[in-house]
Amino acid sequence: MSHHHTAPTGGIDPRFTVGVALDGAGWHPAAWREPSADPAALFTAAYWTALAVSADTAGVDYLTLEDSLHVQGADLTGPLGVADPELPPRVRPGIVEGRLDALLVASWIAPRTRGIGVIPTVTTTHTEPFHLATALQTLDFVSEGRAGWQLRFSPGAVDAAAFGRKPAPEIDLAAVLAGRPDPGLAELIGEAAEVGEVARALWDSWEDDAIIRDVATGRFLDRDRVHRIDFAGERFSVAGPSIVPRAPQGQLPITLLAHAAPIYALAADIADVMFITPDSVSQRAGASRGRGVAELVAAVRAAEAASDRAARGFAPLRIVADLVIGLDTAAESAADRLDRLNTLAGSPYESDTRVFVGGASDAADLIGAWHRAGVDGVRLRPLSLPNDLTAIGETLLPLLRERGILPAADPQPEGSRDLRGRFGLGVAVNRHAAARAGSATTPAPSTTTTEAPA
Amino acid sequence: MSTPEPKRQIHLVAHFPGVNSTTVWTDPSAGSQIDFDSFRRFAETAERGLFDYIFLAEGLRVREHGGRIHDLDVAGRPATLAVLTAIASITRHIGVVGTLSSTFNEPVELARQLASLDHLSGGRAGWNVVTSPDAFHGGNFRRGGFLPYADRYLRAEEFVRLAKQLWDSWGADAVLADRSSGRFVDPEAVRGVTHDGPQFDVAATSTVPRSPQRYPVIVQAGDSPAGRGFAAANAEIIFSRHTGFADGQQFYRDVKGRLPAAGRSEDSLLILPGASVVLGDSAADAHERSREIGFAQTSPQTAIAWVEAIWGRELPGLDPDGPLPTTQPGDTEQRQGQVSTRVDDRIARAEQLRARAAAEHLSVRELVVAETAAHSFVGTPEHVAAELDRHVQGRASDGFVLVPHLTPHGLDEFVDRVVPLLQERGVFRTAYGSAGIPNPTLRQTLGLPDPPGLGAISGVELVDAVVSSSEGASA
Repeated sequence: MSHHHTAPTGGIDPRFTVGVALDGAGWHPAAWREPSADPAALFTAAYWTALAVSADTAGVDYLTLEDSLHVQGADLTGPLGVADPELPPRVRPGIVEGRLDALLVASWIAPRTRGIGVIPTVTTTHTEPFHLATALQTLDFVSEGRAGWQLRFSPGAVDAAAFGRKPAPEIDLAAVLAGRPDPGLAELIGEAAEVGEVARALWDSWEDDAIIRDVATGRFLDRDRVHRIDFAGERFSVAGPSIVPRAPQGQLPITLLAHAAPIYALAADIADVMFITPDSVSQRAGASRGRGVAELVAAVRAAEAASDRAARGFAPLRIVADLVIGLDTAAESAADRLDRLNTLAGSPYESDTRVFVGGASDAADLIGAWHRAGVDGVRLRPLSLPNDLTAIGETLLPLLRERGILPAADPQPEGSRDLRGRFGLGVAVNRHAAARAGSATTPAPSTTTTEAPA
Repeated sequence: MSTPEPKRQIHLVAHFPGVNSTTVWTDPSAGSQIDFDSFRRFAETAERGLFDYIFLAEGLRVREHGGRIHDLDVAGRPATLAVLTAIASITRHIGVVGTLSSTFNEPVELARQLASLDHLSGGRAGWNVVTSPDAFHGGNFRRGGFLPYADRYLRAEEFVRLAKQLWDSWGADAVLADRSSGRFVDPEAVRGVTHDGPQFDVAATSTVPRSPQRYPVIVQAGDSPAGRGFAAANAEIIFSRHTGFADGQQFYRDVKGRLPAAGRSEDSLLILPGASVVLGDSAADAHERSREIGFAQTSPQTAIAWVEAIWGRELPGLDPDGPLPTTQPGDTEQRQGQVSTRVDDRIARAEQLRARAAAEHLSVRELVVAETAAHSFVGTPEHVAAELDRHVQGRASDGFVLVPHLTPHGLDEFVDRVVPLLQERGVFRTAYGSAGIPNPTLRQTLGLPDPPGLGAISGVELVDAVVSSSEGASA
C-alpha cells in the first residue's frame, strides 16, 4: 500500500471535550423505572429530540447513540447465551429491550439541533460498507458538518444468524484477556479495518470542487475529480465512487470504544477518537480491568507509535475516557438513587468503566485528574435519563468551565461548528486533491486519509 | 338539495428532482441537489401543497458513459433513509417514501431501519421496493452482481414477506413499561423470526417494537408481468409510467383486475403515474415553455450521449442537429441510463427511433427531446387541473407523482396555481387529517386500509410462526 508522506501533524491543539453517551433510559438497567423516566416514550421522536436539544443547549460537544443488531437481552457469550444459533434470542422482561436505528435517530436529531456533534453507532461486520459510508455522509449534510461515526463490530452467532450469510468468527475470551492473539477477534478487526478504509476512500472519492456546472461545455461534473475507489479486500470489494458528493467535513471523525490492545491497534489504524474505560474492577472491563487512566493512555500511545499513523498524516488519536455518572440532586443523593436502582435490578450495577455517583464538584475533581493524566476528553454515560443529563448541563458543565477545564464559552464562532473542529482534528485534505497538489512523482492515491493543519 | 356522487379524490406525490437529465441544472434558479436546505425548501412547499408524500429515488452507483463517469447531468445525491428521516424531522404531516433496493439490502437491517423511520415520523414512512439485478450496481456491494435477472422478483417477494414477519414480531402491546411490576416488555408478545428460504436464511429477534403503521406503505414500480403480479400481491401504491389517458385506463384495469385473485379490494392499491407539468398563462405560452424546458433538459451533449448509450459505441462527429447515425448499434455497454445491453434489442430500438425521426422530421436532439423530455400536462392552470381531474375520475389513475424539472423550487408554481383549483373542484384535500384524524399516518392520508392480519401475538403463535416460516427448509 502506498501512502502520501505529508508532515505528521497534530492538527490544532485539541481542547478538552465533554460528550454524552445516550442509550435507552440511561446506563443503569433499572433506569427506566426512575420517577423522572418516561419508559413508554423510548421509541418516540419526542424523547430523542428532547434529550438532544437539552444536550445541545447545555453546550455538550457531542452525543453518541448506542446500537446493535440484536436485542439487549441476547447474551452473546455467557451461559445464558443462545444454545442453538438457529434460534433467535428471547427478550428479557426486566430491562429495556429494543432500539431504534441509531443512524436514523441521529438523522432525525440533526436538523433540530445547532452545535452538538451527532455520532451514531454503526456496525461493520454484516452491514454494507457502501450504505454505511454514504448514510454517514448524508448525516454530515443534514447536520451541516456535525456528524461522526462510532464504529463497532459484531462478535457472536446472534448477529450472524440475523443475516445468515456467513458464520460468526469464534472468539476465545480467555486468550484475548491474556493478551494472546485470537483468530476470531483478528477476523472481526480485519473486517472493521476494511470497512473503515472503504468508508474513508468513498468519503474522498469526490473532490471538493467536483461539481462544476459548466454551462458552456454542458458538463455538470468534472469527471477527473470524481474517482472510483476500486477497493478489493479479503472479504469484499467496492467499486465506488460514493453516490454522495464530498460531505461538509470531508472525512467524518471515526470513534471507537476499546478495551484491549488489538482494538487499540485498530483505532490507531483507522480512528480519530478512542474511548477508553478506566478504573473498573468489573469483568465487563475485559482487558482494561483494574487499569487506570495513565496506564491506558500509555498503552494507547504505544499502539499508536507502533502504527504508521503519523506517517499517513493522521492527527494523534484523541483519547477520551468513559465515565458512568449519577449526580446528586436537591431531592436525593446519587448514592441513594444508585442503591434504589440496584435494589430494583436485583444486583449491584457493574460497568466496563468507572461508575461515579456524587456531587458535581467531586465529579469535576475526577475529570480534572483524568485530564492531567492525559486524556483529551470525557464521555459521560448518564446513569439515568433525563435527570442525569439535565444535571450534567446545569451543574457539572458550568463547574468545568469555571475551573478552566472547558473553555468559558463555546470557542467556535457561528458557521464553524463542525465536529472535526471540536476534536481539534483540523481540516481534512482530500487525498486526490493532495496528490494533484503534490509532485508529479506522487504515487497513486492511497486508500488512507491525509490531513493537514487547519 | 340532492347529494351529488362524491368525487374521486386526487393523490399527489412530490418527487424530489433527482439524478438525471430531466433536472435543468443550467437554469439560473437551480439550487444544490445535495445541501439539506434544498430538501427543506422542497418539503416545505410539498407540505404547504398538502401532498400525500415526498418521494426520493435511490442512487447505488454513479452513472458511467463509455467506461467513464457520466459528467453531463446532475449526479450525486444523499443516501435515501438518512435524508428521508431528516425531512420527516422538519415536517409534520407529509409522508416520506424512498426507493430501497431489495437486492442490495438485507431484510433484518432494512426492516429495522424502516420501522425506525415509521416510529420517528409518527407513522409517515413508505418503501418503494425495487430490484436491481445487474453487476454494475453490484460492484458496490458485498454480494456483487450475484442475482440472475429471473430471480429478482423471487428475492423481492421473499424479502417483503420476511420484512413483514419482522414488523409483526412485536405485538401491539409488547412494551409494557410498567415501573411497579418491573416488566418493561412482555416476552410472550415478542416472537423471534426464523426463515429458511431460497434467498434468505435468517434467525433474528427484531430490535424495534411495532411501529405506528405496523408496515411502511409499500410502493412498487415494476411493469413487466412479474412486476404486475408482485404489485398485485404486495403493493399499496404503484408508481407507474402510464401517464396517457387511454394507456392509463388500460394499465389501471389490468392491475386492479389482478387484486381479487390476491384477496384484495380495489381500494387497497393506488396507481400513481409519474408526470411532469408545464404551466403557462395561455396554452401557447405553456407550449413554448415546454419546448424551452425540453431543450434545456437535453443539451446537445446529452442528446449525443443518449444516442451513444443506445448505439453502444462512441459516435464521434455526430451532429446533434443532424440525422441519426447510419451505422448499426454495437454491443458495448455505454450505460448512461437504463438501456438494454442486448445487441438485438439495440438494433430494434435504433430502427424504431429512425422511423420516428423520419416520420416527424426530427434531428438527433429533437428526437431525444421528444423521447425523453415530453411533458405530461402542458397548459394553463385551469387546463392542467381539469386534465388531472379527468384522469382520476376516468380511472386512468388515482393521482400523480409530480416530477419537477427544477431543484428546489420546482413545485412552487403548481402548489400556488393548480392546487387551489383542484380544491375548488372538490377533488383535493384542504387540510391534512380532514377525515377527523388530527395526526394521520401516511396510510390514513392515502385512504388505504390497514394491512390485514393485525392481531395479538401469543406464545402459541410464536411456535406456529417458526414452523410455518421454516417450511421448505433444507435440512
